Formats: sequence, C-alpha cells, structure tokens
Amino acid sequence: MELKFTEAEKAFRQEVRDFLAAELPEATRQHMIAGKSPTKEMVVEWQRKLNARGWAAPEWPVEHGGPGWTPAQKYIFREELQMWPAPSPLGFNINMCGPVVIEFGTEEQKKRFLPRMRNLDDWWCQGFSEPGAGSDLAGLKTKAVREGDHWVINGQKTWTTLAQHADWIFVLARTNPEAKKQEGISFFLVDMKTPGISVRPIITIEGGHEVNEVWFDDVKVPAENLVGEENKGWDCAKFLLGNERFGQARVGASRERIRRLKTIAKETLDNGRPLIEDPEFRRQVTEMEVELKALEMTVMRVIANETKRAGTGKPDPATSVLKIKGTEIQQGVSELLMKAAGPYAWVDGDPEAEGSNEWEVAPDWAFGLAGIYFNWRKQSIYGGSNEIQRNIMAKAFLGL
Amino acid sequence: MDFDLNEEQSLLQDSIRRTLTDRYGFEARRGFMASETGWSRELWAQYAELGLLGLPFSEEDGGFGGGAEEMLILAEQMGRFITLEPWFSTLVLGGGFLRHGADAGLRGELVPGIAGGETLLAFAQQERQSRYDLHDVQTTAKRDGSGWVITGRKGMVLHGDTADHFIVTARTGGGQRDRQGVGVFLVPKGEASSIRGFRQVDGSRAAEVAFENARASHCLSEDGMDLVDRVVDEAIAALAAEAVGAMDVVHGMTVDYMKTRTQFGRPIGSFQALQHKAADMLVAIEQSRSMAYFAAMASRGEDAAERRRDMHAVKVQVGRASRLVGQLSIQLHGGIAMTMEYAAGHYFKRLTVNEATFGDTDHHLRALSDAGGLVQAA
Repeated sequence: MELKFTEAEKAFRQEVRDFLAAELPEATRQHMIAGKSPTKEMVVEWQRKLNARGWAAPEWPVEHGGPGWTPAQKYIFREELQMWPAPSPLGFNINMCGPVVIEFGTEEQKKRFLPRMRNLDDWWCQGFSEPGAGSDLAGLKTKAVREGDHWVINGQKTWTTLAQHADWIFVLARTNPEAKKQEGISFFLVDMKTPGISVRPIITIEGGHEVNEVWFDDVKVPAENLVGEENKGWDCAKFLLGNERFGQARVGASRERIRRLKTIAKETLDNGRPLIEDPEFRRQVTEMEVELKALEMTVMRVIANETKRAGTGKPDPATSVLKIKGTEIQQGVSELLMKAAGPYAWVDGDPEAEGSNEWEVAPDWAFGLAGIYFNWRKQSIYGGSNEIQRNIMAKAFLGL
Repeated sequence: MDFDLNEEQSLLQDSIRRTLTDRYGFEARRGFMASETGWSRELWAQYAELGLLGLPFSEEDGGFGGGAEEMLILAEQMGRFITLEPWFSTLVLGGGFLRHGADAGLRGELVPGIAGGETLLAFAQQERQSRYDLHDVQTTAKRDGSGWVITGRKGMVLHGDTADHFIVTARTGGGQRDRQGVGVFLVPKGEASSIRGFRQVDGSRAAEVAFENARASHCLSEDGMDLVDRVVDEAIAALAAEAVGAMDVVHGMTVDYMKTRTQFGRPIGSFQALQHKAADMLVAIEQSRSMAYFAAMASRGEDAAERRRDMHAVKVQVGRASRLVGQLSIQLHGGIAMTMEYAAGHYFKRLTVNEATFGDTDHHLRALSDAGGLVQAA
C-alpha cells in the first residue's frame, strides 16, 4: 500500500492541464460551465485534438491507438477533463463499442472501425433498450434473421442517446428465438444510412432532444458486421455494461459542479446575506463534498484493482457502488443548484439551447437549472437502474 | 372537528371534478399550454359559470361566500388536473388582498368582474435580490399629489402577462430589508412600462414586469407586511391542497403502471423493494393531506405569530412530501416518465415549483426553528 500520487503522476496531471489550457476552445469551456452538454461540433473538434495528441482512447491497448497509460493516469486524465470542464472522449465510441470490437471483433473489423472511432469520423450510438426491455434488457425482441450473406433486422430500440448525430449504431438483436433469453442474442454493427432505419426524437421533460426511438424495418446488415459469435452477443453486452458503469462515477464532473454551486452561492443573496453563509445550505453542500471524497477513493481502489482482475471475469461489487453513489451525488448537486437559484430557476426553455434566456427575465447563471435537475433524474434510471444495481449487489455479492 | 364534506361541499367538489375530467385531459392541457395565453379562456368562463371565481368573496361583495374549506376543495381539484388557469393568482392571491386589504368600495368595483371571469389579478413581489423574503423590497412608491407612483422591476410574476391589475409591493419608507415601510398597491396593467411574458417549467405563465413612475390606482396599505403575510399564509394553504391533489394523482398513476409494466416476466409491482417505495409515497401523501386540512384551519388564525409558525410547518411537511412523491414517481416508472409525452413528469415539475413557491422547505424549516418550533418547553 502506498497512498499517494507519485511525482510522475503529478507531472502527468500538469501535462493534461497544460494541454487543456492550450487546446480546448474557451467557448466550449464556458458552454460547459453554464451546465450545458457540449454540442456535436464541440465534441468532434475536441476528440480530434485528443486523437492528434494520442489521447483519444485512454482505455485502449497501444496497438489500437491507446496511450498505454497506467490506471492512475487514466483516472487523472478523466478527472482533469471533467473538472476543467472539457468534453470527455465520446463514450459510445471509446468506452462502449470500441472495447467490444477490440475484445470480440475480427482483425478486419478492428482495422475498419477502430481508427475512425478514435478520430470521431463515425459517431456511434447504442441500440440496446427497447420499449419492453429496459431493466430486463435480455427480454429484447428486435430480431435478426440470416438471409444469404446478410442479416435482416426488424424491431424498435428506444432511449437511443444522440442517435440524431450518429453514423453507426451497435445493436443487440435476437438471432435464436428458441434459446433461453440470454443465449439467443447477437451483437451487430449497423450503418445508420442503411435503408429501413428511421430515427424519431423523444423530447424529455425539461424540453430537450437527447434521446430517440430507432426503428428497424427490414434493415439489411452484411454478415461481416456481426461481432463475436452468433448468439453470443450477451457476452459483449455484459462486457460493455461493466465498462459503462465504470464511467458513471463522474467524480471530476461532480467536483466541477460543486465548485460552480459554491461560486453561485457566494453571489446569491438569501436572508440578505450570501447563500453560502446559511449554515443549513452550507451543510448540505458539505455533505455532498464528503460523499464525493469517499467516492473518489472508491474509484481509485477500483482502478487499482482493475489490472489484477483483468481476465478473471469476476464482477466487482464496486462497479454498482460507483453507479449508485455517482448518480446520487450528481442528482443531489443538480438539486442544490436549482435550490440556489430559487424562483429564477423556473424560466422554461431547453437548457441546452443557446440564447433561450433572450428575455432576460432571470439572471443568466440561473437559467435552466430546474431543467437540468429534471433531466438528471434519468441518471438513476439508465445504465441499469439503481434498483437493478442493488439487486446485483444482493445477488452476486451477498448471496441473498 | 368534522373531516367529511357537507352536501354543498360535495356538490362543489363533484362539479369541479366532472368539468375537469371532461375538459382537462392530458392532450387538452398540452393544447392550452401551447396556446397564446398558455391557458384556456374558455375553461375560465366555465369556472365562472360554476361559481368558482366568486368563491373566496362574500355575497355582499358579489361573491359566493366560500370559506377556507371551499378553497381547499377547489385547490385540491386544480392540483389533480394541474390546471394552468390563473386561479391561484386571481382568486387566492388577488382575492386575499381584496378581502383583507381593500375597502368595500374597491371590492364592489372589482369582485363582480373577477367572479364573472373578466378581471384577472397578479401579485408582483419577487425581485432579483429578494429570494423568499417578501419584505426585501427595492421597488419604490412615492407620493404624487393625492396618489402614489411606483418604480422598480418585479420578476417571476405568476400570470403577469394576462393580468388586468397588479398587486405590487413597493417601499414607502425604511431600508431595503426593513419590515416596516412596505406598501401594497394596486396598479392597472396599462401603467407598467414593460411586461415580458414567458413560460415556467411547470407550464404556467409568468412575466417580468417593469414599472417606471407607474400610477397606482389604489393603496391597499402604506405599511403592509402584516397584510402580505396574511394573504401569503392563505396562499400556502391553497398550495398545500393543490400539492395533495397532484401527489394523489401521480401516485395513482405510478401504482397503476407498476401493476401493468412487466419485466423479468412479472409486473414490476410484485417486487418488494418497489412496493415499499410506493407505500412510503402513500405515507407522505396521507401526512400531507392532514397537513392541508391543518393549513386550511390555521391560515385564518388571528394570532399572526402563531399563524406564521403553523404555515412554516405546513410548507415543510408538504414540501418534503412533494419532493419525495415527485422523485419516486419518476424513478418507479423508469424512462417513460422522463418523456414530455407522459403525464407523470408534468406532475413532478408542478410539485417541484409548488414546493418552492413562497419559500422552499429549507427556508420554512429555518424560519420555524428560529421562531421556536411548534411545541413550547415546559
């Protein structure tokens, strides 16, 4: 046990900060400080800068363009980006589909897709959830039927995040309706331009367009776009979801939001004094900070274990801890931000849109904070709801 | 004490509920929200026909002489359908100021128009720096001949874009945060120098209203914080009843969904972890219903200090329940309730705004605790 960052790790942290200072457009940073998600253009521009620097795919092996970092470096890099704040490498490409292709794909698939994923030449989206298959993902009904050198896909996916930007989608589809439900599923890579695919927006309660329905109507997919073995897609899905949970702690992002919250609470008056001087409000913020510190250390423990666990295939209870606490903290901070703004948080309008506060009926910093609170309720639902995480813990680790 | 409705009260509840059931479905509500006014003038006329708009006023003034109990019935039903019409601004706030702050002449002038559905009122009190402190007022009132002129900017004025008259808090004396010297004025809309309307996240309309030497038509009080508190305490009772109505409906919606949504081959309502959450929601709603009755009773109390403490307690209890029920309604549904197409999210948004209207839970908990709580030491 040696509970400190090395000199080399500290130097690396500085190197990341220097890169951010030199390369990230200030407009992107300010956009994100205001609490908005980066636009497609911002994400693409930044991903390409990261790729040029060799930092686009922190988790990938060196042979596929990864930087060859230690777990501590990966952690530092992720946290520094979130704290700046800067866009993270696009999750669908780098943390979801890329690792699946690296782990289960053919040499052809790796050569064809990985470089384009890294450089964000293709924007990927995730075709997993269906109207009848949410928490029970293995209950999915989308079908793929083999016809000659093609598969033909029919069905409907939902909650497809940013499908409106996507060039490709990775899809779970049922290839053997006779098998037990986890055993008849396969993993496909599908070009969004293929005839028969249609994307319909889902507007969420705060008014934003982030998620979509994606419909497949006799969509022909070349046989070489199957990843891994036929009917073994559930292995890919489990592998991918394990990685997804890992990214949900978002410690740096929460720290950045708390920093923002404290800045706002210094400038906002409550009872005629700065809100931050109210002991009750300060106590609530402080509680978040304590929870976050514990989570930060948990993340580091998980990262340190990662190398040792590699290949054992054993699930780690900590991944569920990261999901549960990471989302609770993010939701809690979003609620405190809304509370800090008081009634001025209530002006309606898509919090993601530019210039929605054109009427200047609220201070700029307060605009959209209720909307972000509403939107973030999704965090305890997606990626395996927090109830499902508790089921996993009870069953897999407690033996209950 | 009798918690049962009498015959007239039952009739009132049934007639509101029937009308709203017929006219205020989810799609209809969306249509009203998307319209230019953001709510339905036609429904408003129907409320007038039902006698709802005269409810808070005495018969001598041209109203129907309803009391706290009748307002509770009205507010709960409005909450059940999360209606967008300005009942809260015009009847509860505006009506409160008229009943407690206007002379018979002014009441006679305005009440028939309100009861008939022609006249709308809005309470303009919020300022950028004031947060939940109604006495924190920068807007000024200056004597001008026999009357008063008002200068200042008021934000988040609920239904300020359709109001015919504003009830405005403005400083007649004292410093920005003094309780003394806050006047209450009636200002016709034509006197405002600008009215910028917008929609709030819960679907209701509001406005930023600027006054530049606006001539008040009436001064309700030159030193009116007691009046403001009295009206806001009644408003808190109405908000509590509205929240109970909204919570009850969204809870029912959630339980229905739990019975029909299947995952892992069974209804999700069969999972004990979810059952317990739904039961916790019911506990919170029952406690809130009790507190809404208490609010109706206590809001008319003559001892201002006691009444204030009681209403802080109401906001704390109902506010916490609103948050719990709102958040769990979304969580127990899952993704579907995150969509604009589904009603639960709209109830959640309304409950969120309701919770912080005239002070959030933290604000009232602090105020109650500073005031010594509800139980005196022996």
